[in-house]
Amino acid sequence: MKRTLWLALLLTVAALTFAACGRDDDDGDGGGGGGGDPGITDESIKLGGSYPFSGPASAYRSIEQGAQAYFSFVNAKGGVDGRKIDFVTLDDGYEPAKAVQNARRLIQEEQVFALFNTLGTANNVAIWDYANKQEVPQVFVATGASLWGADIAAHPWTIGWQPDYVTESSVYADYLKKEKPNAKVAVLYQNDAFGEDLLNGFKDATKGSSVRVVAEESYEVTDPTVSSQVSKLADSDADTFLNISTPKFGAQAIVAADKLGWKVLHIINNVAASKLLVLEPAGLDKAQGLISTAYFKDPASPDWSDDASMKEFKDALAKYEPRANPEDPNCVYGWAAASTMVKALEGMKEPTRQALMDSVRNLDVEIPTLLPGIDVKTSGEQDGYPIEAMQIQRFEGENWKLLGEVIQAPH
Amino acid sequence: MTDRRVRIALVCAVALVAVLIPFLFGPYRVGQFTLVLIYAVAALGLNLLVGYNGQISLGHGAFFALGAYTGALLIEKADVPYLATLPAAGALCFAAGYLFGVPALRLRGLYLALVTLGLAIATPQLIKRFDDLTEGTQGLTVEQPTAPGWTGLADDQFLYLLTLAAAAIMFLAAWNLMRGPIGRSVKAVRDGEIAASTIGVDLAATKTRVFALSAAYAGVGGALYVLALGFVAPEAFTLTLSFAFLAAIVVGGLATVSGALLGALFIEFVPVYASDVNDALTGVIYGGVLIAFMWVLPEGAAGLPRRLRELVLGRRHPEVADREDHLKAPVRGVPAGKA
Amino acid sequence: MERFVQVVVDGVATGSIYAAVALALVLIYRSTTIVNFAQGEMAMFSTFVAWGLYEGGVPLGLAVLTTLGLSFFAGMAIERGLIRHFEGGETLTLVIVTLGMFILLNSLAGWIWGFENRGFPSLFPDDSVTLGGVRLSVESLGIVAVLLAVVGLLTLLFQRTKVGLAMRAAALNPDSSALVGIRVGHMLMLGWGLAAALGALAGVLVAPRLFLDVNLMGSVLIYAFAAAALGGFDSALGAVVGGWIIGVSETLAGTYVDFIGSDLKILVPLGIIFVVLLVRPSGLFGQSEVARA
Repeated sequence: MKRTLWLALLLTVAALTFAACGRDDDDGDGGGGGGGDPGITDESIKLGGSYPFSGPASAYRSIEQGAQAYFSFVNAKGGVDGRKIDFVTLDDGYEPAKAVQNARRLIQEEQVFALFNTLGTANNVAIWDYANKQEVPQVFVATGASLWGADIAAHPWTIGWQPDYVTESSVYADYLKKEKPNAKVAVLYQNDAFGEDLLNGFKDATKGSSVRVVAEESYEVTDPTVSSQVSKLADSDADTFLNISTPKFGAQAIVAADKLGWKVLHIINNVAASKLLVLEPAGLDKAQGLISTAYFKDPASPDWSDDASMKEFKDALAKYEPRANPEDPNCVYGWAAASTMVKALEGMKEPTRQALMDSVRNLDVEIPTLLPGIDVKTSGEQDGYPIEAMQIQRFEGENWKLLGEVIQAPH
Repeated sequence: MTDRRVRIALVCAVALVAVLIPFLFGPYRVGQFTLVLIYAVAALGLNLLVGYNGQISLGHGAFFALGAYTGALLIEKADVPYLATLPAAGALCFAAGYLFGVPALRLRGLYLALVTLGLAIATPQLIKRFDDLTEGTQGLTVEQPTAPGWTGLADDQFLYLLTLAAAAIMFLAAWNLMRGPIGRSVKAVRDGEIAASTIGVDLAATKTRVFALSAAYAGVGGALYVLALGFVAPEAFTLTLSFAFLAAIVVGGLATVSGALLGALFIEFVPVYASDVNDALTGVIYGGVLIAFMWVLPEGAAGLPRRLRELVLGRRHPEVADREDHLKAPVRGVPAGKA
Repeated sequence: MERFVQVVVDGVATGSIYAAVALALVLIYRSTTIVNFAQGEMAMFSTFVAWGLYEGGVPLGLAVLTTLGLSFFAGMAIERGLIRHFEGGETLTLVIVTLGMFILLNSLAGWIWGFENRGFPSLFPDDSVTLGGVRLSVESLGIVAVLLAVVGLLTLLFQRTKVGLAMRAAALNPDSSALVGIRVGHMLMLGWGLAAALGALAGVLVAPRLFLDVNLMGSVLIYAFAAAALGGFDSALGAVVGGWIIGVSETLAGTYVDFIGSDLKILVPLGIIFVVLLVRPSGLFGQSEVARA
């Protein structure tokens, strides 16, 4: 009796192991074989993405919703040159180990044509060696780190999309140099690659000028509140507050500054500038005079309520991703990035990965949901930064008002 | 006894399957199984501490991180050959575990859990704080081992087999240790400290050594992790990891060597399946499966044969009875005072 | 000097957040001797329910009261339906179950209400009072008042009522309690129900300050545990005082001790617990544990 039981167990284990076997697919090395590249046929293109659907960064999952909506929208109109786009996305919980596994799965098993808009600096660093070795495009990564464009020779298959944090911080530096040349700046920053990139970019951009950083405090995403950091900053002799944070903490910082009666020029970074996610929770009355930057159209702003491209966006989102919140700026981000992807696909001379990269490195397109005057442009092999322009905006009344002209901040 | 022979046959079967894996599956799956082995080694360490010795640690991920960064830094900054990083990480973590184990002697159950919880939470911060060394949030890319030409293996296959060899050694060592007199002392401490000390077991020495050993296992696991992924970053070592190890040993079966492997399979594969079913409800499914698993198999997967045996034979096997008291005393402290 | 007092006051305000959640942890522990890792997520879920009601047009006070009631029943249901099965068994199994609940509730809340950040209205007016150069917000004062009231009520419950006595007995010694006629199961359900309601209260008190998203309680939980441990897991007053001590020391250290800085702030409460527990293992207000051989 016992023996039978054990043998049964043995056989079950063996059977399960073999059943879990997907394919006997030993061809480990991705694409590039004879015939076409994987992931692209006459009828379809398969793209792969890795996003944080769970975990501490789950608020960014709406980026994927925006992107999926755009691809569905394009598919409904016949796709790209008759090819429908299939965007396969996997959850990585914002963990590098999962991102690596997702990349392997997408490239090896799903046989995607390209990786698109993978999210998170650490995650993208974790997979870029692998993607580049497999010669799979890793395009329009969803992070503003400057590294994607810094060393193209080492990672030619990788490229970012959004104006990177160095660009952004130099825009703030320029604004201060012009408007408040002797500014003494207190900085709150998130203690990770994003925060440090912005902080260091700002410091570099203000070197040699009379704009100085006089205090800096960091916070962790695992901190419950940033009120003590803001309190410390308020105690310094700064007359400008540079707030480098993500939505929840940006809102906390605005409220904390207000409660302390710390009324200085308050600059908040783009990621935390959303009216929906940050200013409304904090209280619009506390947001008056806030300065930030923008590069795409704010879905919560009445300035764009008659704008054709934003209407198109909201309609498509309601139709294809009904669970998404149309005022969430992350959705517009995803939509705009996906728009760029489609333009790049349209610019391919052949259905190969190399052709995609050639197209990506020679882009000159206007994306309707980006602000007028901001275009996506790469000029050849050595240009790693598709978008290098932003515009200053100031919060007045109930909305952001764009100020001045689009500022080009090329590297 | 037929029981023993069947058990040996089972182990041989599993070992055979394990060796065949890289030749049956593509690189993605092989990569997953490599991670399973790595988690199993770390989980085994935790099992020594929690299952066999009755202490508690919610901060196992911290030692795993220490091992990983040790390995990463040795390879990248000191050009140490990758095989040497395994014992190095193990040794360093043994020392760290010992240092931690000494003050831990003073804390029982719940409070030890809390302090180790704090350690787990502080780990990413500490890594970032020492960013001159660790490269902080950017993470450290590490060159991975490549398969030597004469083996004819692909890189991922080589990596898997290397990990398998290391894991097999660790597993054998633990199994052997727990079977012998040391293991008996360790278990005696768990089952009743006062009784154990009356028969001459040195409580303090045993507990700190087990802590150190468990940390060493985590460290070796961490070093293997670096080889498998080629990348370390603070985000990889959050509280979630420590919880995953704890879940692994409970799901797998406390105080069993095989439990570590079964638990590792669980924590690697179930979340992936959960997100395949519905990526919006991953956590709901995973959490639900975890709860359901505990409902059906409170002793973990390794207890399944016993359970089946119970069902079939219709009576309680003697080993089952004494396993149940385990860990009640230290964690569920009964406050004295007003009755 | 004024600055110092302000920092202390800010610390008490922050500490009240931890204290609120710690109370729920202590209540569960006192009535069931279980540590519930999912306490924070349950509180977060309840807060979302309140938010949903409020967004749906229900006046805030009513929304909060309704949520407290719903949470109470939900807590009882969870105990009866899920936790009961595991009581009397391996403790770690139950720990993993609460962990599973943590993961499940976090994901479920996100699925129902979304993962974005949002505001939550405060039960108190948005004013502050200035006393001797030190700014005190009405909200913080209100939270402190509510906390002390809850401590008072809990102490009354446990020390002076028959029900409270029965709950304590059921927790300490279920078998003997059953023999004297205490309905142990009901007491456990009551404990969980009250703790869930208390957690919901904590959530609606802290959400206005911390803002509401699915990770609201994730970061607070460790501090809440630390507060409960510091004060002694079986004392309600201890939890509150523990929370304040942690809040104050955290802000003081962050402000004055440069080596610590803001990123290692977490080490302060941990360091404190470590030291306190080495000296007084049952916490400041707790009762000593006696282990039977």
